[in-house]
Amino acid sequence: MERSPSTSARLRLALRMLARDWRAGELRVLAAALVVAVASVTSVAFFADRVSQALVRDAHQLLGADLVMVSDHAWDPVMRKAIVEHGLRDAEAWNFISMVRAGDAQQAQGEGPRNQLAGVKAVSAGYPLRGRLRTAPKPGAPDAPAAEGPARGTVWIEERLVSALGAPVGTRVRVGRSTFTVAAVLTLEPERSASFFNIAPRLMMNLDDVAATGLIQPGSRVRYYLYAAGARPALAEFEAWAKKRLGRGQRIDTLEDGRPRVRESIDRAQRFLGLTALLAAVLAGVAVALGTRRFVERHLDGCAVMRCLGAGQGQLLALYATEFTLLGLAACALGSALGFAAQGVIAGTLADLLRAELPPPTLWPALRGFLVGMVLLLGFALPPLVQLKNVPALRVMRREAGAPKVSAAASYALGLGLLAILLVWQAGDVELGLTIVGGFAGAVLLYALIAWGALGLLSSGAIARRLGARSPALRYGLANLRRHTRANAVQVASLALGLTAVLLLSFTRNDLVDAWRRAAPPDAPNRFVLGIQPDQLEAVKAFFAEQGIAVPDLYPMVRGRLTAVNGVAVDGKDYAGERAKRLVERAFNLSYAQTLPSHNQLAAGRWWPRGQGVPRELSVEEGIARTLGWKLGDALTFSVGSDSFTARITSLRRLRWDSMKVNFFVMAPPQLLSNYAASFVTAFHLAEGREVAMNALAAQFPNLTVVDVGAAVRQAQAVIDQLITAVQFVFLFALGAGVLVLYSALVATEDERRREAALMRVVGASRRHVTGSQRVEFLAMGVLAGALATAGAAALGQLLARRVFELDLPPSAMLLVVGPLAGLALLSLNAWLSSRKVLRASPALTLREET
Amino acid sequence: MLGAAKAVPAAAMATMDANQRMIETTTVLEARGIGKTVKSGDRDLVILRDIDLAVTQGDAVAVIGASGSGKSTLLAILAGLDQPSTGQVRIDGADLSALDEDARAELRGRAVGFVFQSFQLLPALTALENVMLPLEIAGDPAAEDAARAMLERVGLAERLQHYPKHLSGGEQQRVALARAFVVRPKLLLADEPTGSLDAESGAGVIQLIFDLNRESGTTLVMVTHDESLAQRCKRIVRLAAGRIVA
Repeated sequence: MERSPSTSARLRLALRMLARDWRAGELRVLAAALVVAVASVTSVAFFADRVSQALVRDAHQLLGADLVMVSDHAWDPVMRKAIVEHGLRDAEAWNFISMVRAGDAQQAQGEGPRNQLAGVKAVSAGYPLRGRLRTAPKPGAPDAPAAEGPARGTVWIEERLVSALGAPVGTRVRVGRSTFTVAAVLTLEPERSASFFNIAPRLMMNLDDVAATGLIQPGSRVRYYLYAAGARPALAEFEAWAKKRLGRGQRIDTLEDGRPRVRESIDRAQRFLGLTALLAAVLAGVAVALGTRRFVERHLDGCAVMRCLGAGQGQLLALYATEFTLLGLAACALGSALGFAAQGVIAGTLADLLRAELPPPTLWPALRGFLVGMVLLLGFALPPLVQLKNVPALRVMRREAGAPKVSAAASYALGLGLLAILLVWQAGDVELGLTIVGGFAGAVLLYALIAWGALGLLSSGAIARRLGARSPALRYGLANLRRHTRANAVQVASLALGLTAVLLLSFTRNDLVDAWRRAAPPDAPNRFVLGIQPDQLEAVKAFFAEQGIAVPDLYPMVRGRLTAVNGVAVDGKDYAGERAKRLVERAFNLSYAQTLPSHNQLAAGRWWPRGQGVPRELSVEEGIARTLGWKLGDALTFSVGSDSFTARITSLRRLRWDSMKVNFFVMAPPQLLSNYAASFVTAFHLAEGREVAMNALAAQFPNLTVVDVGAAVRQAQAVIDQLITAVQFVFLFALGAGVLVLYSALVATEDERRREAALMRVVGASRRHVTGSQRVEFLAMGVLAGALATAGAAALGQLLARRVFELDLPPSAMLLVVGPLAGLALLSLNAWLSSRKVLRASPALTLREET
Repeated sequence: MLGAAKAVPAAAMATMDANQRMIETTTVLEARGIGKTVKSGDRDLVILRDIDLAVTQGDAVAVIGASGSGKSTLLAILAGLDQPSTGQVRIDGADLSALDEDARAELRGRAVGFVFQSFQLLPALTALENVMLPLEIAGDPAAEDAARAMLERVGLAERLQHYPKHLSGGEQQRVALARAFVVRPKLLLADEPTGSLDAESGAGVIQLIFDLNRESGTTLVMVTHDESLAQRCKRIVRLAAGRIVA
């Protein structure tokens, strides 16, 4: 007989073994884990691939110019002149947020006034210098490139604004003091990628029309853009010249450095999605490892028989490696297909935000999915499989002859190492990737150690004797616990891990999301009015009185820039964390008051006394103080216009930001700030149906910015909801992986327990006795797994809340109740199911199957 | 018997039959000076000592002895599944101690069939697949036809697609027999083949073993504690306390 089978014969045998094991149900959990991992990774990768392709495609017109200068205060005219003097083409734009109202014609038709917050972009002639604007005659109609921006007296508005205002092309809209004709629907503008996640729909107008609207006043929030385009040397020369003259709050973007900034927010969203996907992959890895262990345990006998029948060690290993590889390839292919379908859903969910047609994905992400799937398979399935080849053939005659056991740590080191590399790759950050792998491995180890210690303690002599005196079931249960301490600890740790994922993804996530979009109370202010000039104060108050609206508190606001802390000049680079950097870099809204605002609470220090002289004191919100490391007694220096002042922090205030009232990070005594140019701001609740009053306000005081906070919150929520839906989709994969881990952990010791229960029954134990002792064992393990998972989910939730979402989240009471109960319920269910299986079958049959 | 076995030369011996024809009788299995000692605590426990055995082609040998007499250990050593502490085993002329584990496996696959007390069928495989398995391991492309024919021979033509758990004990052992004989082994090693069966199906299986043995000219070495079964073999080797006693 031919003794060395050909490669194709081996492959055929592996295929047949795959089919047989699949039929026997040995591989389903394993395959499901792989499919989930690959689907979750590829869905995000496909989506990311499409977005980055879109960004590359649009790179040439991303900035609308070769060089863009951005400032939070008006540019010195010298700067724009210098662009021309360097032989470059120039353009200018101002960006600001303003309420836009449908014109009188629409109101006359009885539709009621319609307001919408819009992102206004006022552009000069020549804009854009690179790329083209595109417009359409009506929403949904084919668009065409426009030669230049809107003519004077006209505006172009985005489709979203057309429907929000009910203002099609040809109708009139009011912006500030002026009325404009809607001349076109704006379908595309350069820089649109920059506003991938823009909230307010765009209104584009001519820069020369801005002054007449009366919208730009001291205190107005405007971003000023200068654009330059031309030959490369001239551009470089100008850039060098301009760089030296940039003030604070001013910067230059070129294509090279502009793009990363543009991509930052989308990158962050993608990283978040990617890490969630990898979490699913890591969990799936655990399920793969557990599933393979079970597979190996169930195949030890078969392998011994096969070695008896002439299979060599190498042949056995090759057979199973091939079988698993074939399974892996099939699972990866299915996973990639699922991932492809899922990315379509993600892209569809985010379609409103992306505001750009995404090109179809390439096949690279599928490759990435295959890589992840194979890494999981080779890393977590191969090490236990190697055990199979070491099974001595003698096992066919003596069951106790087992395979030499390799330590779990050593056998999974490969998998963990590969996974770490994958995570680092996905996170694009060595530290972050290693933190996740380390944290994950650490958590598993910690879970296992705690479980091992607790189970050992519970079943230790003294406790077991005292408890065991009460009932034999309890005694046997505790004895079982002691005998299986190691296996049980592993099972508890895996269960806790799966349960942590499930709890985190269901409870903590909901809490986070709720906190994130927590709605304001019904009578909370829903309108902010910004930019009230000092000479308008009395008139505005009178207006409110006339309209029968309670005159709200008006708070002065002075724009200042933090220049030094305790005499040391401030540099954003010195601060760790995006938020801290952002906070110190941007202008502060400083306010002043003699008394503590009623909705503020003193957290530390004392409020300034009424008195003579100029107290050089400041009161700071405690959260920002924590973020920026400020303490009572620190001296802060602010520049206001060309002047500057220094004062010490003498109190910390606690605020409720979700109260929707006017709040300030930094407040000062009136004596310190009242000489600077201030504008006033207020917030009030406008009852439903009184929207007309706002039109009157805007008509009387066109420079005021009235922000419909309700609408803004609703808009923001719509955006967040879409993001959450997209993220949730990926969460579903992680949840699925968590459930798979749970399942694998539950069935991990099922075979052994069945055998033991059968033995107990053979020696005469009653059904009650068998179930009783198993119940004790499962009860202890369930409580332990539930408690560990609850603690883990709560700790992780806190970490996420603070580090990622930057909000305080009290641990959810629900979680504390449900977590341990879930652990208990799971294992009780398991106890019930397994005892049913054991008790239904005759002991003889069970034992015969096992021998 | 013992003396005769000792006198057998290593490989083959030629005798003249009644018609003065030269008949070659090949020694399929030969064991010399087999001893097995295991550590038990700090004492050495002797399981087998000084066993010599030679079995020629077509022979049927019963190894009989009480529980603990070492007969299963002897079988494991003869099969190359366990290593003797002293002595040598040759199967089909090959010295097992000179072969590595993979080569021993290859030799088993080629020349040795096994039947166990506990059947040792793979539960995830159908009867047909269990019988195909050794041929598949050897890369035989005609595995299925051969397995089908063998199962028909043992009377299980109607049970091809059944899983072991759906077969009776006697049927399972017939499948195991089919699996053992499908590779046409020179040597069949049987470890208490009827130990898990009731008398009736046990008798059926035993009849089948002897029939197949005769048909295919296989050499049979069977471990049993059943005296009546042993009497059906040409030779009986009695083991007691690790030694051959008769």
